Amino acid sequence: MTQAQEAHLSPETVMGEMKKNGVTHVVWLPDSETNWLYLLMKADPSLHLVAVSREGHAFATAAGLSVGGKTPIILIQNTGLMESGDSLRGWGLGLNIPVVLMVGYRGWTRHGVTQDTAATYTERFINAFGINYYLVENDEDAARISVAFEEAKKTKRPVAVLVGDEYHGFNR
Amino acid sequence: MIQTAELLKVFQQYRGDAIVIPGRGGRHWVNVSTSPTLDAPLGDPAMGGHASFGLGLALAQPNKKVVLFDSEGDVLMGMGALATIAEQAPGNFYHFMLDNECYATTGGQPVPNAKNIAYDVIARGAGYPHTFAFDTLQGFSNNIKAILDLPGPVFVALKVDPEIENEPIGRRARWQTRTRDQAVKDLQRELGITG
Repeated sequence: MTQAQEAHLSPETVMGEMKKNGVTHVVWLPDSETNWLYLLMKADPSLHLVAVSREGHAFATAAGLSVGGKTPIILIQNTGLMESGDSLRGWGLGLNIPVVLMVGYRGWTRHGVTQDTAATYTERFINAFGINYYLVENDEDAARISVAFEEAKKTKRPVAVLVGDEYHGFNR
Repeated sequence: MIQTAELLKVFQQYRGDAIVIPGRGGRHWVNVSTSPTLDAPLGDPAMGGHASFGLGLALAQPNKKVVLFDSEGDVLMGMGALATIAEQAPGNFYHFMLDNECYATTGGQPVPNAKNIAYDVIARGAGYPHTFAFDTLQGFSNNIKAILDLPGPVFVALKVDPEIENEPIGRRARWQTRTRDQAVKDLQRELGITG
């Protein structure tokens, strides 16, 4: 049986974490749940949005930004993360880029049985690349986002935040 | 078709203090460049990503020209990047594409529709404000100064000699004189980037 969440992750909380960690650029492709977050990001003059047309491009773009001295975050869905495999390997891991991957965990159902194979393979995929990750489901979990930034900086490797809050993009 | 080494020798004369990502021209650029600490000779971290990497670097360093020598195989793999680059419109980004019509590193098999694609037209259609195509060294030489004086992003398609490699990858002589890590560190030091 699926266990429903009682709290949610607000886009304002996500924005707060980004700003707290000095994010300069958001390299992203909309996922099924980032609508309100997008509107907030677009309105913030301290954030530069770079919209890519395929998620693999985000890794190379973030690599260029990072090498050039900026602090990017990659904001994509789990489906796109899986599409990006070779780019993650070569541009993210191969160049030791300290970037946080904020990944919409489409299909995540906590203790339930998922009908969405995107969720079935997400953690297996991340584990295959040896990338550490933190699950964030609601505002109380948000501090893990900062943990991910600190770890990425310290290890000079991508670190993932899996956003397991259904409808997080549509929460106000 | 143009010899890549000769093309790069001409470009070097106008390079100034630009950051150069030599891409597939790296094997020749290491012998031509007089500012190696402003170069990013990364080889091929993963195909299809050079244009996006160049964009990221250009956005991060808006006061420096960023010049990329991409390849048609990479552009075909990541063609959507042209739209992103055009939208971001980095005025300091100069996107050259070395088109040898084949995958030289795997033995010279042709890229799809190799002889019939007008990449400069595609780039213009994606929104690049300035695009060019040259298939002679003279044409390139006559225009390179004016091209680098234009505000970016600029796209330049160049037909070059194939330089096909028929040795297995494990037996090829390495042209890199530094590791990727060292090249990045040298570039960051030159740009005053710490941490």
